[in-house]
Amino acid sequence: MGDVLILGIESSCDETAAAIVKNGREVLSNVIFSQVPTHTIYGGVVPEIASRQHIEKINPVVDEAVKQAGVSDTDLTAVGVTYGPGLVGPLLVGVSFAKGYSFAKKLPLVGVNHIEGHICSNLIEYKNLNPPFLCLVVSGGHTHLVIMEDHGIYKILGRTMDDAAGESYDKVARAIGLGYPGGPKIDEAAKKGDPKAIDFPRAKIAGNEYSFSFSGLKSAVLNYLNSCTMSGKEINRNDVAASFQAAVVDVLVESVRLALKNTGIKKFALAGGVASNSALRTAMGEMCKKTGVDFFVPPPVLCTDNGAMIASAAYFKFIEGRTAGLDLNAVPNLKLGQTEVFS
Amino acid sequence: MKILSIDSSGLTASCAITEDDAVLAEYTVSYKKTHSETLMPMIETICSMTDTDIAGIDALAVANGPGSFTGLRIGSATAKGIAGAAGKPVIPVPTVDALAMNLWGCEDLVVPLMDARRNETYSGIYTFEDGRLKIIRSQNAGPVDDVIDELNDLGRKAVFLGDGVPVFRERIEEKLKVSHCYAPSSHNRQRSACVGVLAAQYYREGREISAALQSPEYLRMSQAERERMEKDNDRL
Repeated sequence: MGDVLILGIESSCDETAAAIVKNGREVLSNVIFSQVPTHTIYGGVVPEIASRQHIEKINPVVDEAVKQAGVSDTDLTAVGVTYGPGLVGPLLVGVSFAKGYSFAKKLPLVGVNHIEGHICSNLIEYKNLNPPFLCLVVSGGHTHLVIMEDHGIYKILGRTMDDAAGESYDKVARAIGLGYPGGPKIDEAAKKGDPKAIDFPRAKIAGNEYSFSFSGLKSAVLNYLNSCTMSGKEINRNDVAASFQAAVVDVLVESVRLALKNTGIKKFALAGGVASNSALRTAMGEMCKKTGVDFFVPPPVLCTDNGAMIASAAYFKFIEGRTAGLDLNAVPNLKLGQTEVFS
Repeated sequence: MKILSIDSSGLTASCAITEDDAVLAEYTVSYKKTHSETLMPMIETICSMTDTDIAGIDALAVANGPGSFTGLRIGSATAKGIAGAAGKPVIPVPTVDALAMNLWGCEDLVVPLMDARRNETYSGIYTFEDGRLKIIRSQNAGPVDDVIDELNDLGRKAVFLGDGVPVFRERIEEKLKVSHCYAPSSHNRQRSACVGVLAAQYYREGREISAALQSPEYLRMSQAERERMEKDNDRL
């Protein structure tokens, strides 16, 4: 088979993104239009507004990806698109567009799981990385600890029981007046604060040592802020940010450490929007070094939602013949490793 | 000119291939709202049955709103994907204009009523003169009482159609003073052939745009924007 060029399209939340990836690992272009400024005044993503912006941006973003890749659109081999999980309105824009595009170009269509895309961003960054490896996907919508056993084969060890890690960042950032998006803002503030200033809880889930809960931590922060207000104690936002972040990082690192120890896996990859967090990258890197595990983490541009990771995941499905029909639908609650529901 | 048209603005999913005012194929399903699963296979079917290659069509047309926000976007994104890939223009057709085309030739007032929820309707007032659609009141969102008041002022016989009829019929009977009737259900839902035929006319008027610029006319803000504006107004 000659080179496989895949157009990857992503619109599951508040980024309209498209990319061209060659043979699953070589990024020829990666165009991302972020709607963050639009949603900032609302303190979070508004699905209807996000959907409307996706419609406005999808053509220019896809056209730009083809142009930047320096290929002719007749060179494309297939179209990959995120069909879940995510917000249904935004997902439907990408899915409907991709179906129309692939139909008009007579190209095969591949439906991609967004979380699988995040994991594959590591395969782009590390050309020699192959499954099996352990991966923690942390983002605004997801917190999954999984073993990628092979392409398309995942074993989910644990996931969050309530808020996603990134979601708790957003909520805490809002509570201490840092605004949206919370991840980068808390990361910045935390650098100026004392992570030991306040002892926030590190939640454990009874019965599953690999599962997470962040809503209790968020409540603890809110309670702390309330008690300060009641007693007239001054709130040091940087200390709150640093202490909150330390609690999140501790919990994530401890679960990963345990999973590595119990499974004997020697390769660990971090993925998802929160993988851009500097404290988390550092702590995971140190833990892996100490335990003799190879540590992988994509650069921030591949951590945020992007089309390249979708094209990469689509490639590995495409070469196995796992294409989708034109009846592909958006599946907001799509599970990782779920058998395709389309024909 | 050959047009591939799409209307997924309401419960009905419909697509058609028209050549000027001739309908080569039309596929309309008013069953369940699963447009995202049904629309594209329907388009594939009519293309295949009429030996139509996308390269051989001149333009895409889409019922451009108002309607169900999600439905509009499924149609829009599908059209944008096809048109963008094939380098074809898109002709946006106001949904209510296309609905009025269902009653082509009617010299009474044609009044499509779409259920816009929140006690409002998307509607317009039309008639036909010399075989052409004439717009008396452009499509808009508002209370049905506004439509009824205007019809009472106009004083001409009116024919209603659209999925808003069952919702507003009682109110119309109560307040409307002019003679009126309701189109049978066979004639009162969105049909893509009407979008396509009207699109050919709008194309001659230079109303086609690039795939990138096509975006639905929702005639309404999102709930979040509305609430935010109301809050701002309260503050003033």
